[in-house]
Amino acid sequence: MSQKCEFSFPVEGENFDDAGKVSVEIKRLLKGLGITGDILRRTAIATYESEVNIISYAWQGTIDVRVTDDNILINIQDSGPGIIDIEQAMQQGYSTANDRIREMGFGAGMGLFNIKNCSDGFEILSEINKGTLLKILINR
Amino acid sequence: MTLREIADLLDARVLAGEKHLDTEVKTAFSADLMSDVLAFAKPGSIMITGLTNPQIVRIASIVDNSAILIVRGKIPPDETITLAEELDIPVLSTKYILFETSGRLYANGIIGCVRKIEGPGSVIPL
Repeated sequence: MSQKCEFSFPVEGENFDDAGKVSVEIKRLLKGLGITGDILRRTAIATYESEVNIISYAWQGTIDVRVTDDNILINIQDSGPGIIDIEQAMQQGYSTANDRIREMGFGAGMGLFNIKNCSDGFEILSEINKGTLLKILINR
Repeated sequence: MTLREIADLLDARVLAGEKHLDTEVKTAFSADLMSDVLAFAKPGSIMITGLTNPQIVRIASIVDNSAILIVRGKIPPDETITLAEELDIPVLSTKYILFETSGRLYANGIIGCVRKIEGPGSVIPL
């Protein structure tokens, strides 16, 4: 029998002051579920970059985390402008960030690349002027 | 080195986490780019940065940095210190620039979290 645990957090676009708040909370919750070490770390990093992406580029979004005995699935769904060229967005160094994002220490075109590096499974679906869905799978 | 020894060496002010000054630090990661800290910093390392916003504390919490060392004499806003106390991350501030700070720590046996980044996603471990 597989045990499941799910939680969901809203993230508001352009709320730069709170950037990272949700990810710190998700990390705390996962730690409480007994997830540690490299798996906790990779999940937290992938979540953080995704949260910064919503704040930086989308209008609003949600981060859903589902934990089972086998894996952690994170769905990051935003409503926003979408990604025109996903392949280009995945490239290291490619960014459309503004000064506000860069002042925070982000926007150097590392985000999606970092997320992919932390993931065992990774998928992006995006629709222009609707939004983006990012699916991240991390095996336990 | 302990955080206390680091603070002495760099004439640094301790702005948060006084009770953790005996924590031993072996590695460091210097960056003003938080995405790189997320990508390359290792647990237990000290983050050396010129940024002062609250995000640096959240990043340190995510990657399990032992402390944050702010360079160039910058003093962070109150929100950053409050959050550091809340998340239990020590914060130090030194007047030395990033290069001097890193060099002095390296000369005293602190090493980088990784040595080189060779290509996309490939990290040369120590």
